[in-house]
Amino acid sequence: MFYRETGQYKTDYAADMALFPIRQDRIGIMLILFVAFVVIPLTMSSFVLSAVMIPILVFSLASIGLNLLTGYTGLISLGTAGFMGVGAYATYKLTTWLPDVNIVVLILLSGFVSAAVGALFGLPSLRIKGFYLAVATLAAQFFLSWCFVRVPWLVNYNVSNAIEVPTRTIFDIPVTGPNASPVVRYLVVLTIVVAMTWAASNIVRGRIGRSWMAVRDMDIAAELIGIRLYRTKLLAFAISSFYCGVAGALMVFLWLGAAEADSFNINQSFIILFMVIIGGLGSLIGSFFGATFIWGLPIVLRAAPEFFGVAVKSATVEHIQFMVVGALIIFFLVVEPHGLARLWQIGKQKLRVWPFPY
Amino acid sequence: MDLLYKIFIDPFIQMGGAPDLLLQTLWEGLVSGVLYALIALGFVLIFKASGVFNFAQGIMVVFAALTLVGLHAKGVPAFLALALTILVMLVLAIGVERLMLRPLVNQPDIILFMATFGLTYFLIGLGEIIFGGEPKVMITNELFLPKGAVEWKVFGGFVSFQKIDIAAAIIASIMVAVLAVFFQKTRIGRALRAVADSHKAALSVGISLEQIWVIVWFAAGIVALATGIMWGARSDVSFALQILALKALPVLILGGFTSIPGAIVGGIIIGVGEKLGEFYWGPLLGSGIESWLAYMIALVFLLFRPQGLFGERIIERI
Repeated sequence: MFYRETGQYKTDYAADMALFPIRQDRIGIMLILFVAFVVIPLTMSSFVLSAVMIPILVFSLASIGLNLLTGYTGLISLGTAGFMGVGAYATYKLTTWLPDVNIVVLILLSGFVSAAVGALFGLPSLRIKGFYLAVATLAAQFFLSWCFVRVPWLVNYNVSNAIEVPTRTIFDIPVTGPNASPVVRYLVVLTIVVAMTWAASNIVRGRIGRSWMAVRDMDIAAELIGIRLYRTKLLAFAISSFYCGVAGALMVFLWLGAAEADSFNINQSFIILFMVIIGGLGSLIGSFFGATFIWGLPIVLRAAPEFFGVAVKSATVEHIQFMVVGALIIFFLVVEPHGLARLWQIGKQKLRVWPFPY
Repeated sequence: MDLLYKIFIDPFIQMGGAPDLLLQTLWEGLVSGVLYALIALGFVLIFKASGVFNFAQGIMVVFAALTLVGLHAKGVPAFLALALTILVMLVLAIGVERLMLRPLVNQPDIILFMATFGLTYFLIGLGEIIFGGEPKVMITNELFLPKGAVEWKVFGGFVSFQKIDIAAAIIASIMVAVLAVFFQKTRIGRALRAVADSHKAALSVGISLEQIWVIVWFAAGIVALATGIMWGARSDVSFALQILALKALPVLILGGFTSIPGAIVGGIIIGVGEKLGEFYWGPLLGSGIESWLAYMIALVFLLFRPQGLFGERIIERI
């Protein structure tokens, strides 16, 4: 009824190709951004901000990174956490060398380090695909984890063998370190995530994204229409790793505040892969859905027994959580293999034609 | 120069200097290779018959071993517990087929792969609820598995062989032989190979996909049980084994995804390579290179022979 594009005429190509061609969508995104930037910081407690909102944003960014690679280019990667770690450790080294540079600039710079490492480990993708490539990225994951533990240079030789985040300020407001308030950290993360999501949506709509999708759908055909597979795949690895690296840096500097090598282990890679699959392969908004779902589900499950007044041991809750997550993954794959993003699309379509069935 | 010397010459001098140590390292590698190969065997079985890359094989190993130990702890006699565990694996196979594979038939590989991830999480949770998370000791005595070690005097030193390792190697070879015969000679084996070649063609000549899937998952469950017993006898039965199971992936790359002998040969190459690398080249890089060396070997191997040593199908290359 209210969600129709009827009567909205486009008079030039720019309007037709706009990111949100329908007026209602534009209003919707403005509303979401308003809620995210103004309402949430004002209303939510600092605990919710730092334990729920910031992680969801960080994981969304990492999922977008993996989605660019797996969803858009069709290359499976199990090394996401390793690339995130590269971003985090690179940021740490950069803050040591350049203590006066704005931390946000350093975080973005560290993305380039991560991109370079990602492209390096993407080299085998030229000859192999599918599960074979997954094993190759597994090599990246284990090798990088090993480096994080065994190379003390990465953590400036400190005894704890962990990253200790120094305090850095922007306009004299502490952004990282123990003194930074959750609201400030949330807003910085949100700004970076929104900006990078916007960039990603333009990348995947443009020439690069289209060549990725062509490679994903059929590589030989893509090659025949003049796409250079070599460059396209390496670019996908580089950009994907850039996103993962920034997400890793955000995770350590603006969320956890300290990190050991164990934060970037293989399980983290799997969890991000879950987020991408549950959210929907090849969908940016799906990455947000997936991250919210996978991060939010355990929180809900932990709260549920209390809510119903049933006393359950916390260890049991954790095990039940594993079972439920596993069962839900299978359930979702059976019901909707294209993920939450497809449900979102179906919902939008239904809304568009409502009250008619089609 | 010094570095090159350390990489290319020094390790070999060490090997020549202490041949008993080299033999011991080779043996250790061989044994861990056999154990990797056992896990890889489970992967191959399922991949061959249903094209599903079963990530849950690792947790199936843990789950089977836990069930066995858990039942015995409840007072069930060892061999009855073994039989009951086999029954549990059958139930698991039927459940997986009914609830997971059947609704997901005809979906892309990655979706099925993800579903086995879900299965892994489910089994981890279930296992921890029923049996608890703490490591357990495998019931080696009750199953009449040998204990102790044999020492072999050679080259002025001695090499010690754990009896359980010898048993593992023997059991692995028996299992491979049985599986090979099963695949080549029996009716069901032929049906399995038909399904592996083409689901549709197999269906059209009257082979029941559902039955075949239950059979392969059950067979993989039995392989998992054997692996769990062997592995549990060497270390404890704990959930940490599940990550070790990922080592089966490079083994598969080396051996080829569809070859049973390939799984064994690949496992031995990876196991021996890993132990030699760790022992002779490890100190150069700081220890712990065992964790990634196998994957690097596989990676280098992939660049030259993507279909693996014994893989029957040339994988798509571009």
